[in-house]
Amino acid sequence: MFNKDRWQEIIEVLSTNVFRTLATAFGVGWGIFILIILLAAGKGLENGIRADFGDIATNTMFMWSRNTTKPYKGLPKGRNYRFKLEDVMAINERVPGLRFISPRNQLGGFGGANNVIRGLNAGAFNVYGDYPEIIKQEPMTITSGRFVNQNDINNNRKVAVIGDGVKNELYDKGEDILGSYIKIQGVNFMVVGSYKKKNNNGDGEEGQKEIFVPFTAFSQAFNMGNDVGWMAITANDGYSISSMKENIVNVVKENRTIHPADERAVGYFDLYEQFNRVESLFGALRWVAYFVGVLVLLSGIIGVSNIMLIVIKERTKEIGIRRALGEDPWSIKKQILMESIFLTIMSGMAGIIFGAAVIYGINAILDAVGPVDMFVNPSVSLSVVVGALGILIISGLLAGFIPAQSAIKVRPIEALRTE
Amino acid sequence: MIEIKDLHKSYKMGSNSLHVLKGINFSVEEGELVAIMGSSGSGKSTLLNILGMLDELDEGSYTLDNVAIKNLNETKAAQYRNKFLGFVFQSFNLINYKSAVENVALPLYYQRVGRKERQEKALKYLEQVGLKEWATHLPSELSGGQKQRVAIARAMAAEPKVLLADEPTGALDSTTSYEVMDLIQKINDAGNTILVVTHEEDIAQMCKRIVHLKDGVIVEDKKVEQVRASQYV
Repeated sequence: MFNKDRWQEIIEVLSTNVFRTLATAFGVGWGIFILIILLAAGKGLENGIRADFGDIATNTMFMWSRNTTKPYKGLPKGRNYRFKLEDVMAINERVPGLRFISPRNQLGGFGGANNVIRGLNAGAFNVYGDYPEIIKQEPMTITSGRFVNQNDINNNRKVAVIGDGVKNELYDKGEDILGSYIKIQGVNFMVVGSYKKKNNNGDGEEGQKEIFVPFTAFSQAFNMGNDVGWMAITANDGYSISSMKENIVNVVKENRTIHPADERAVGYFDLYEQFNRVESLFGALRWVAYFVGVLVLLSGIIGVSNIMLIVIKERTKEIGIRRALGEDPWSIKKQILMESIFLTIMSGMAGIIFGAAVIYGINAILDAVGPVDMFVNPSVSLSVVVGALGILIISGLLAGFIPAQSAIKVRPIEALRTE
Repeated sequence: MIEIKDLHKSYKMGSNSLHVLKGINFSVEEGELVAIMGSSGSGKSTLLNILGMLDELDEGSYTLDNVAIKNLNETKAAQYRNKFLGFVFQSFNLINYKSAVENVALPLYYQRVGRKERQEKALKYLEQVGLKEWATHLPSELSGGQKQRVAIARAMAAEPKVLLADEPTGALDSTTSYEVMDLIQKINDAGNTILVVTHEEDIAQMCKRIVHLKDGVIVEDKKVEQVRASQYV
């Protein structure tokens, strides 16, 4: 392998017809270039969509109550019911493997009437009654003060954590928000912190215009009693919420006296399933990229194989001489295989480098013009490059195999006779 | 050195087969200089190819330096060729992108001789054929006689038991032919066994023994008084 004479010979052979070598090399380089670009584009799309999911705990489902559609135990259909705090407890007891169960209540909403007042300023915001765990399910960065904590829950403290969007609307620039009071539907809450959400999905602005208050204070202030509007439930790592949602829904149905076969009484959204669907889409995309890339590469490899055959044909006599002088056939085969692998790897590396340069260029442009929807940082990982190298080595072997075989198939005496 | 018994060889040409060698019995002692003569189609080249392990025999036996040559796979044949035989061809068969010295060093490379030693040995043999100053020249820069001398140096470089020359002077004018024969005679004087295939009477007369082939059999095998080529040079 690391034989100086052999390498010298490889260089000699490949440099006898430089244009032909370059043209052949281009085929392989182009193939690997396409492969790299396709993979990078797929990765860019993947990064873009992943950014939309943000840091949200993806192993999560959301569950809310709807009207029953079946009469059960003397209760009529079309009944409006509410989840209760007992349901949260029951789920906690009877479904193992859950990490967080956050009961939530909500006021207001997009386009709603003004529900929050501070001095002369007023605005319409989503107000949530929440437990402290929600910050782990719906990650946000605390920009000042603190988030809701367990003491707030225990003491029904009327405190609020407001989004930066809320701050901008209700406060003057530079005004200190901590310790100030806002009036939510006529009830005063003290602001103890502010947050910022990172995920940049379509409602990015909306996400900053939320107010979080302790669940217990919320229930008390707005006469919710034990009612729970909806729940965000996250499974432990290693469990899939998709396989547990059936159990969870069943617990609620039993507790709320709902017909077990009533499919529509409990509404839910399985984020994990959605996430998985997107994940498998990425998988498919990657597969398509490899498929197309490898096919393009294949045509390059056929080119190499073709050229090698021609080279062998041109060198038939030389091979005959070598064999008459006592070169063993395996050595000839090795020589041809190495020539072919060398050619593929060199041109492949050129393709990879060119591809990387193009990706770098695209990234530079993306940086310059600002974020584009659903496309972030197209890139290929080192493992992809290593994989591509592996593909190249295998292709080089494949490309050289038939020519090498044909080279040693010719008997030396026949090879010597060719002019 | 060479022992051939009842050698048969035929080639398949479509449906009919061509019986080229029809029972050859022939032996060569160490240090002999044998000319194999015959008109074209007499089977002399086939015989040489079989002796050179470039072709396989159909029937009979072939022993070279007390080693039975039969049923060789290509790897084994290549080894034996490298160890036992040196070839000189009519058309020189130098590798044209390698310099004279690289060509001479080639068989040594196949013997896995180290780079430096190879270079030294190759230069030594080039010197013996009087071409040391031409060592770095490509074959295309050499005359026919020079090419053949490089080829002879190459054949000798591996220090073979037997040197096989197939019409070594066939592509040369008579003056250069004699020069080449002079070289061959000198190599033979040093004790090497040499077989020369030729159809030229004067070349054959410069050997020590002439074997006449006709239609695949040996018709005459005689020792001759050697004519020294040096007197013509």
